[in-house]
Amino acid sequence: MTTHEAVLHPPALINELKKNNITHIVWLPDSETNFMYQTLMAEPSIDLVPVCREGETMAIAAGLWVGGKKPVVLIQNTGIFESGDSIRGLGLDINQPLVMLIGYRGWTRRGATPDSAAKFIEHILHAWNLNYYLIESDADADRIGLAVEEADRTQRPVGVLIGAEFGSD
Amino acid sequence: MINNQDAVRVIDSKRDGALFVPTMNANNVNFGLPTVTTDQKMDLPVSGAMGKASSLALGLALAQPDKKVFCLDGDGSLLMNLGALVTLANKAPKNLYHFLFNNGVYAVTGGQPIPGSGQTDWENMAKAAGYASVFSFDNLEDLTTSMDEVLDAVGPVFIHLEVEPEIENTPVQYRTRPSRTVQQAFRELPEVLGVR
Repeated sequence: MTTHEAVLHPPALINELKKNNITHIVWLPDSETNFMYQTLMAEPSIDLVPVCREGETMAIAAGLWVGGKKPVVLIQNTGIFESGDSIRGLGLDINQPLVMLIGYRGWTRRGATPDSAAKFIEHILHAWNLNYYLIESDADADRIGLAVEEADRTQRPVGVLIGAEFGSD
Repeated sequence: MINNQDAVRVIDSKRDGALFVPTMNANNVNFGLPTVTTDQKMDLPVSGAMGKASSLALGLALAQPDKKVFCLDGDGSLLMNLGALVTLANKAPKNLYHFLFNNGVYAVTGGQPIPGSGQTDWENMAKAAGYASVFSFDNLEDLTTSMDEVLDAVGPVFIHLEVEPEIENTPVQYRTRPSRTVQQAFRELPEVLGVR
């Protein structure tokens, strides 16, 4: 199965996560990260923690982090909206160095998006004073490393917006 | 019904090195864990987590599989994050003990009844979600005499406690503040665990 114009492939991101010693991915699947699932299930060094609702992810990650692990969360931008209080209380307030991989639903470089999830996400991240990076292709994957470094250095959550659906090939 | 502080005291008496994640009334400064804890450095209090104590406990249990993790949750809190029952049962940490303090009310906001107060079947909800074992107690004697059995069970274990409401009507700005903040607990615990 091939997604047209896919330029981002799961191994590129997973290799970057492994390079940065990520131990857990706390996630709720979304269209932008759909193809990562199969690859992640086959990756023994990273444990997948599926959730029912996105607001759980920051809290589970906080428990993993305080217990000595190095998790990231992987959710859609719609889930970031739902997770507001968790980001506040269990991200910012406790100084959690959490990288949040965020599927950028509605992202396009071809003009105005009709999707309010895309219209609002960067404004919301700005409102929380959260820095973020954008990944659109395999060549951008090393921005995860930048985000991990920044989160560790600042002891704050940092976003990584994934602006393309993955290809399976 | 069980007195809130008595319940916390009994659970604490059996901690034997366990990590505690208490919230709301179980973490109340006047009648919760802070007044009776025998190992504060192993406590990770999260009042005001808006239902996320069980999620936090899940992460901690996965990170520290060789230690028992006791989540002291509230019924109103769990209602805010009900999917956590399924999330937790799905990962099935053998070391997680999820105590639900069911007092039927939002105690810290003046005692308004929670939705489904008195009719929600918490035990069957936990069973249906997939918890490995489920217990329920409505009196202190049974809780006390059964704690060893509870803690011998392989997790995730759900323990439903019917507790007396302890209604808080003091205006927020006049309430007693905990001497140990959440931020302090998050700083100290990794050092105690030797992971940072």
